[in-house]
This record gives sequence, structure tokens and C-alpha cells, in this order.
Amino acid sequence: MKPRVLQLFAAGVNCDRELSHAFALAGAEVEQIHVRELMRRPERIRDCDLFSVPGGFTYGDDLGAGTILGTEIECFLGEELRGLHQRGGTIFGVCNGFQALVKCGLLPGLEGVRASLTWNRTHRFECRWVRLRVEAGLGHVLPAGSILPAAAAHAEGRLVLGSPARDLALLEQAGLVAFRYADAAGAATSEYPACPNGSEGAIAGLVDASGRILGLMPHPERNLGPGSLPDRGAGAWGDGSEGIAFFRGMLAPYLAASAV
Amino acid sequence: MTKGAWRVELELSPERSDPVGEAALKALEHRGLTVAGAVRSARAYLLPGDLGRAQVEEASRRLFADPVTEVVRILAPGELPAEAAAMVVIRRLPGVADPEGQSAGRALRLLGVELAESEAVESYRAFRVEGGVDTALLVEASSRALANPVIEKVSAGTEVQAMHPHPTARPGVRVEVPLLDAGGPRLTEISAGMSLALSVEEMGSIQAFFRGEGREPTDVELETLAQTWSEHCKHKTLTGPVRLVVRDEAGRTVAEREYRNLLKQTVFEATQRLSPDWCWSVFVDNAGVVALTEDIGVAIKVETHNHPSALDPYGGAGTGIGGVIRDILGTGLGARPFAATDVFCVGTSEMAAEDVPPGTMHPDRILAGVIAGVRDYGNRMGIPTVCGTVIRHPGYVANPLVFAGCVGEIPRDCVAKAARPGDAIVSIGGRTGRDGIHGATFSSEALHEESETVDAAAVQIGDPITEKKVLDVMMLARDRRLYSAVTDCGAGGFSSAVGEMGEHCGAEVELSTAPLKYPGLAYWEIWISEAQERMVFAVPPETEEAFLGLCASHEVEATVLGRFTGTGRLVLRWHGELVGDMPMDFLHGGVPQPLRQAELVQRDLPETAWPSEADPAALLLAALAHPSIASKEWVVRQYDHEVQGGTVVKPYQGPRGRGPGDGTVLKPRLDLDAGVAIGCGIAPRIAELDSWAGAAMAIDEAVRNVVAAGGNPHRVALLDNFCWGDCRKPDRFGTLVVAAEACRDVALAYGAPFISGKDSLNNEYRVGDRERPIPPTLLCTAIAPMADTALATTTPLKRAGDLLVLVGRTRAAAGGASVASDLLGLRDSLPPRPDLEGAPAIFDAVHRCIEDRLAVSCHDLSEGGLAVALAEMAIGSDGLGARLDLALVPADPGDCALGRLFAETPTRFLLEVAPERLERLAAQLRTLPWAAVGEVTADAGLEFLDSGDPAFRLDVEDLARANGARR
Repeated sequence: MKPRVLQLFAAGVNCDRELSHAFALAGAEVEQIHVRELMRRPERIRDCDLFSVPGGFTYGDDLGAGTILGTEIECFLGEELRGLHQRGGTIFGVCNGFQALVKCGLLPGLEGVRASLTWNRTHRFECRWVRLRVEAGLGHVLPAGSILPAAAAHAEGRLVLGSPARDLALLEQAGLVAFRYADAAGAATSEYPACPNGSEGAIAGLVDASGRILGLMPHPERNLGPGSLPDRGAGAWGDGSEGIAFFRGMLAPYLAASAV
Repeated sequence: MTKGAWRVELELSPERSDPVGEAALKALEHRGLTVAGAVRSARAYLLPGDLGRAQVEEASRRLFADPVTEVVRILAPGELPAEAAAMVVIRRLPGVADPEGQSAGRALRLLGVELAESEAVESYRAFRVEGGVDTALLVEASSRALANPVIEKVSAGTEVQAMHPHPTARPGVRVEVPLLDAGGPRLTEISAGMSLALSVEEMGSIQAFFRGEGREPTDVELETLAQTWSEHCKHKTLTGPVRLVVRDEAGRTVAEREYRNLLKQTVFEATQRLSPDWCWSVFVDNAGVVALTEDIGVAIKVETHNHPSALDPYGGAGTGIGGVIRDILGTGLGARPFAATDVFCVGTSEMAAEDVPPGTMHPDRILAGVIAGVRDYGNRMGIPTVCGTVIRHPGYVANPLVFAGCVGEIPRDCVAKAARPGDAIVSIGGRTGRDGIHGATFSSEALHEESETVDAAAVQIGDPITEKKVLDVMMLARDRRLYSAVTDCGAGGFSSAVGEMGEHCGAEVELSTAPLKYPGLAYWEIWISEAQERMVFAVPPETEEAFLGLCASHEVEATVLGRFTGTGRLVLRWHGELVGDMPMDFLHGGVPQPLRQAELVQRDLPETAWPSEADPAALLLAALAHPSIASKEWVVRQYDHEVQGGTVVKPYQGPRGRGPGDGTVLKPRLDLDAGVAIGCGIAPRIAELDSWAGAAMAIDEAVRNVVAAGGNPHRVALLDNFCWGDCRKPDRFGTLVVAAEACRDVALAYGAPFISGKDSLNNEYRVGDRERPIPPTLLCTAIAPMADTALATTTPLKRAGDLLVLVGRTRAAAGGASVASDLLGLRDSLPPRPDLEGAPAIFDAVHRCIEDRLAVSCHDLSEGGLAVALAEMAIGSDGLGARLDLALVPADPGDCALGRLFAETPTRFLLEVAPERLERLAAQLRTLPWAAVGEVTADAGLEFLDSGDPAFRLDVEDLARANGARR
């Protein structure tokens, strides 16, 4: 049996097609479910290995990106999601999905650390390709230090922390940093344009202590092959295989299980 | 009656920088207000006053405030903030849509807070000035600098804020308009008094019809006729009879031509004569449809939203893109949008504030507003905005142009549709309010000084998430075949949508069933309201329940308004009472079509005389900084041009993402190799000199763009958008007739049919008795399918040592061209025009070079000519440059170096080719005008030679800086 991905849909979700395409290319069976339906029958979450929250502008980003969807997840799906996680399942959010996972408190999931995703330093929406450096916290999915090219497309993607220096150290210690924005040489940076939003610690993605609650701002699902890349595979942005490799890495535990 | 309200106001913590506040400070200072300290902005919400404090505090903690970045200010009903005298509050006017407030209400209910349906939450903005300020002066400056008075009201922080009362109710009784005995002047008065925008001849036809019926018309019947017969809906000018007289500068008549139906005998005739089998639907539906594969087609449409954008740039442009997306949804049984385009024409940036005509905004503010409007609507819809441009010209100061386009994919068996008698008329999506009343008639009238105040009701506010929900549910319903026809609610609202769908059968509507945003609308307001995000469906009785159920499960409101009938009449009821009853024949065929007069003065222009003295290096740097050529990357980056994952040739290209592309290429389906190339062209500066040349240049540019990206020139489909001055004036109409003739001529020569189009013909502005038309503006959009998008090309240089091949002959004519006209003062000379006989062979050969992978890069020569094209190819590369010998450029005899560098002769391309492939390339190009003119170099500089001697050299980074591209 293929790994089962349950993908959340809601008013304003708009990256669902490419995300389910990427999961399918990586070997998963993807089912999409509307949040209304899932709020009525949250036990549907028990049928999946990985719960996926795509990007978009749920509820128009009204009240802040991901706020309303995060509240829905917290109020109606929280218990089943914790169950999924305890059973070894994965919870994944990209862009608006990441914002919702942060707003509902699933990430960073470290006692005493307050994090939020807020307006880019430029204070406007920015769409550009970025290089994501894989950090130690995500070594089980992709080789630490390797580069995942992805398309950033967000207005509220700057990660901010309650007490920046202290919280950053705590996140680092606990191995919860998944991705950092990097320059062409692979060095982490918060500087525009390599980092489009000015995130503290150049953080682009977070993971929980188990490694199975994962969220990031840029879209790896738009890296579907050399034709997707800014230089169409000439080499400056990898060879177009990194996106699918990331999804395969996330599905690895369930791919292995299904092979047995 | 007003009610007290809680205020929840959120400011960023004092230690955080506040870009919105900083921008507000600049805007206030620009208006002459002196401010001692910083300005802090707040996003804020008004909540019903009967909530308890604990409820408000919980809501603010869990929903409104960001726990890391913001501080909260909660004010009880009637309570004022501590620094009230240094604050302003900016709220929407009553009745202006507030989608965020609606979301907030929804979120409160999630937390278990009970709100009555009529109890709204309202979102608003507030600004606080640190260090004290004169309250009255602050309010005065804020009204201009921070708010848009068309939709917002500014009040001092010292005022108590209460919920808005509901808008005043209009009487809900049947009203007749006494028309039968009215004379000509009275008919004109009635038309003006009801804002019908109907001419006295049209009023006369209506009078004659109702005399035949033996009764007076009702208000809603007149409104229906006014909407249906409006220029916006009916295109009377373009589809009516016209007589053109062409004179020379001395006033002698040199030609006369007459058309019974201008559009049919020019643009449409060319399509019919070509009628290729890959055109699946032309000029009959909301968009044209062409084949992508055997069973998937692409629908494409471009619309304008000019007058609403002049009054409220943000809302006008947003609802412009929202409207054209609904055109695509309303094509056939519905196409799925996968790309959007936008083109803006605004005044120049240099204009001083005091020179801005009364009642209009500064061009920079308009531009910022329309970009933000397209950004926020398109991004929320998840449709990549991929193609467009910005034109700056003083002629657009008072009347900006906003073009918005959309492209969708549609299964072949969904292209045809027809409402059937017995089908339910179902409206889904947004509710009906008083917004946009008279939009269709308003856009057919010229703007004037008081437009800003009197036409406020014509402004519309977009709610993209409601439209996104409509899109989502519609695609499911389409694939389950739950309905037999659909169309969008655009100009004219229900009246146009139901009138069009029922044209061939008939329809009966009970207006009291329409869901309203607030009570009190008159039945005629419901019928013609242009409230956004609504679609109308014809749903057969056997699938009605399934259709309504599907909508409910996606939280999309759906309402049965009536039925399609077989009577051939449009019947309207209000709580059962008959308020309208007219035959569809009269509604759609009764508009009188008088012969219109058109005049054209043919200008006697001199040949372009290029100077020999100018410094080409300085000129190239100036050209790259020219507003038409300067990088638009800062605009494109604000659009999510990558969403849906199918943007394979991007608007800005190369390893650093800063090389401007020609066409963009998208894959509508990730599981297929096929895709489309999209491009556009526009040449108003040339059209001012010679309307035929301007139109032909726009079309050539659009075709060049798609061919350069890899599109097949034998499969190009075109769209026209004519934006002209008031064509009731013969001189304005004359240039339009000639532009339509150019469309016919070029379409036939290039084998590229027009498949859809739109016109906007009253783009004039009156100040006192002076009338200002915009420059004659044709936007041409081109689309060409590609069997395999992997074969697409981009513009950046790829490899040192490759050769540069120029295809197409350079000619001296440069009148109206950007560099020549603006930088060298050569504006009034013969403009460039395409060689209709030679061009198709060039397009064909270039395409084969790309298809056979001989050309690894391709860029068309456009504004700024060869020099700018080469500079852009280098700017997009990863540190490469080029050496080029001007003496090798294929050019007309007598040409000079400056002309070879900057002339804007159409149908030319610069190709990059590996030396070992030159022979194969030569076999493709054969006897066409072409030459290997240079090579790609490893040093990041452009070196120009003249017959082997160095002419000048520039560093690519200096070029990039001049162009405005980020390093």
C-alpha cells in the first residue's frame, strides 16, 4: 500500500494541485478533504500517514495569515492530530499551512518559546526563488547542509521570536530549525533578496522534537523538475530533483513500511 | 439607529518598526502636515457593544492580536483612547463591502460567541501621531493622504465610534415612468435623471415600443434596457454603421469608406476568412477558446476596468481582475483559470502635485493602487499573474487604463452551453448590495471633475475568497454535469446575466428571492446591482438538489431566483407583483443604429533623421532607465507568478531572475507536456502619429513575444482591447476605424485570427469645457499553444563563445518610438510599421530555429531596439557579456550607427547559437535578412564595434543599475 496523505482544503487554499502532484510523484496516495467535512468527522485523520496543509490565503489572510484556519485546527482537529502524531504520523504545512501550524501552536512546540510569522521586512508580498539550507533538525529527511531550491511567495513569512537571542538558542539546542535561507554560496542569511522576509536567524522552516511536525514558508512543491527552475536546469539552482527528493524523504518511514 | 461598539486596536510593539506608519508619516508630510514624532498604525475592529468584556478580551487574545509582535488596546463602547487628540480613525462608508469584517464575525462564532446575523464586525484602520499634533489639521491631511474619500471617512480620535446604521430603504412598490407623451427634451431629461446614459434616439425607440404595448414602462424595464443597450454591453459604436472620410493635411478628401458593421467587416471578417479548425469558440462567449490538445482547450479574455480604477485604484483594479476571472469561469460550462495578465497606462511620474487635474489622483498613487489591487486579488485567487507592462504617458493622467486578462483550461465537451426552458435560474457566491449600481452605464460616460463624489456608488470592493469558493465549487459541479449553462454577473448584474442566458428562450425572475447584504434595496437595484463575485447558472430540475447541496457543503450561498421559460419574454416580479414584462427580441434587437461619422487626417510626416553627434553609450543608459524600458521586476515580484506550479518560462528569467522575458510560458496541467506562450503588445505613442501603424505595431509585438518564447506562429490567436476617446466625436472615431482595419490587415497577413475582444470608448476627461481624450490605445494579447514546453526559450545569454544572430532588417523610421521620440526629439517623423509580406517568413524561420534547439536564447527587438535587447540579454545572464559589430547589422542603405542601435523596426529577433550549429541555422534562415553580428563573451561587458573598430563599451552591472534591476 502506498503512504496515505490527507490534504486539507479550505476557502482560499490555492496550492493544492501542485502539492498533491508532488506527493503523488513521491509515491503517495493523496486524498483531499474540505475542512468543513473534517470538522464534522475529525476521525478521518486516523486513515492517513501524513496530514498536509497546503499554501494559499485561507479566509483571505483576514485577522492575520493562517489565524482563522489555525483556530479551526486547534478547536476541532487538535485531538485527532495529536493522536496521529503519537502513532508516528507526520503533520506538514507549507506557506499558509505553516502559518496555520504556528498560529495553532503545533510549531515550534517548545515550552516557553513564542514564535510568530509576520509581515516581511519589505512590508510587501514577494515571489522569488530561494535556496533553503537543510539544518540538523531535518537531517532525517534530506542531507544536512544540502540545498533545496524552492519558490518563496508570501507577505507574512518573517519568523519572529518572543526573545530573539534566547529563543533562537533554545530552538537550535533542541534541533528544531529545519531550513535556513542561504545565499548562492550556501551560507545562511537574513539579507534581502536571498532571504525575502528578514526572518530572525534566517529561519525558513521549523520541525518539532520528533521530526514529524514540519512546516516551511517557501514552496518545495513548485520545484517539480528542471523546467520549473529560474535557469531551467542550467545548474545554478540544482537539477530539479531536489523538490521531489524532499517529499520522498518525508514519506520515507511510510514507504519503507509499505514495502515490507 | 446607531449602536455603541467595542474597539479592539492593534499596534506593533513600540520597539518594532512600523512600515505602514512610516509611509503614513511621509504621506502626511507631503500634504504639508508637520509632525514632531513618529506615526504608528493600527489595524482595528469594531465589535457589537452588547458583548461582554471577557468575550472581547478572549477574542482579541485568540483571534486578533499577534502574541509576539503586537500590543492591544481595548476600548469599551463610548470610551476614548488616552491619546485621542493625536489620532485619526479611518472607516469605510456605510454600505462599502468589508470582507475582513465578515471573516472576523465568522471567527468569533468559531469561539462560540453568538452574533445575530445582522450584527456585523467591522474592520478599520487607525493612526496615532507621537509627540502631539493639531487634531483638525491631522484629520484634514489624513483625508487626502491616508484615505480614499470615495469609499472611506476619516474622523478624529476624539469622536466616539458607533456601528453604522443600515442604509436607507427605498420604497418597494411598483413604479411606472411616464414616457408615452414625453417630447425629445423630456426624454433626454428622463435618461439623465435616472443615469440611464441612453441617447434621445434610443429613448425614442423605447417610447415607440411601449406605445405599441399601450402602457408606460416601469423603472426596472427602463433600467434593463439601459444596461443591455449600454456601450459597455452592446458595443454599439464598433458594431454599428460608420462612414469614414480621410483627408490630407490641407483638408482635401483622399478616401472614403463605409461599413455596415465595423467590427464584423474588419476584425471578425479576418477570423472568418482564416477560420482555422483549432479555434473552438470565437466572439460568441465570454472568452475565445482555442485548442491546446485534442480534448483540452484554452479560454482567454482581456477586460478593462478604467473608470472604477480612476476613482479607487485598489478596488477598481482588484474587481477588474475579479471580473475577468469570472469571464473565464463563465465561458462554456466553465474554464479553470491558470494565468492572469495585466497592463496599466498611467500618467508620468514627474508630474507635480499641483498639476494633477482636480478630482484625480497623482499617477504614482494610481499606479501603486492598481498594482496592489491586482496583487491582492490575483494572489488570493491562486492565479499566477504572469504577463503585462506599464505605460507612462501624460495622456493618461486623468483617465488611467487598467487591462486585466485571464486564461483558463476547458475540456472540449464543455465549450458549448444552452439554458433550457424549465431550468432553474440559480445565483451563487456573493450577496447583492447597493455597490456598483450603474456600473455599466457609468463606464460609458466620460469622467468629470465631480466623478469622485457623485459616482461613489459605482465603485466596487472585491472579495477574492468568495470568488475562490465559487471557482472551487463550480469545477466540481461542472465535472458532475449539474448544470446546463452558466455566465458571470458583470456589468449590469443580474439584468445582463439573465437577459443573455435567456435570450433564446425567455426567463421569469422573482426579485425578492435574491439574498441581500442589507435590507432596503429597491427591486430595480437588486436587478442591476454589480455586486461582485456572483455567477448565474441554469440548473435542470433533476440536478437542482445536488447542485444546491454541493454549494452548501462548500459554504457557498446558492439561491433559486426563477426559471428559464419558453415564452421568449423577460418577466420580473417583486413579491409576486408583475414589475417587468418585455420580449427578449426587443431587449436584444431593439437598439437603433444610426450611421456614425468618422474623420481622419493623414499626417504628412518627414523621414526620421538620426543625428550623427549623439553619444551612444549615454543614450543606451538613458534608454534602459526610460519608464517604458526600465525593469518592472519590482511589480512582478509582488504577484505570485509561480502559483499552480506551471510557470515554466517566467516573466523575469535567468539564474538571477532579473532578465526580462518576452512571452511567458505556462503548463495548465502538470501531468501534460503541453502549454501556452502568452504575450502582449501596445504602442500608443506610435498610434498618436498613425493609428494604423500603432495597431499593427502592437500586434507585431504580441506575436513576436510568443514566437520568441517558443510559441508556434501558425497557431497564434489574438485578442483586441480598444481604449479610445469619445467616439461620438468623428475625429476620435476615425482613428478607431483605421485601427480596426489594421487588425484585419495584420491578422490576415500573419494568419493569426482574433478570437475575442473588448472596447472602452469614452476615455475622456472634462475640466470646465476642455475635453481631453487618451491616446488611441490598442492592447493586443497573443496566445500560442506549445506541444512541449521543454522546447521553450528564454532571453538571458547562456554560454561564452556562442554567436549572436540578428534576424530581420533594420529600417530608419522611428517616429513615436520611445528612445527616438523622448531622448532625441524625433517624435514627429515617420513611425515604424511591419512589413506584412516579409514578416510571416521571419516568424516561421525563427520558430523552426527554436524548435530544432538551434537557438539557445531568443529575444525580440522592441522598445530601445538592438542595443536594449542585447543589454537585457546580458543583464539576465550569470556574468556574461557580448561583442557586436554594428556594420554587420542587416539594414536599409543610408542607415547610421545610431539607427542600427536604437531603431524599433518590428519583426526582428536576436538569437544565441553555438558556432557549430551556425550552418544548420543558416539553412533555416536562407534568404531572409539575417547576419551573425557578434558573440557572447565571458567578461560582463557590452562592447560595440563599427566595422571592426571599437565604438563604445559598457559594464553589464552599470546597465543593470540604469535599468533598475537589483544586483
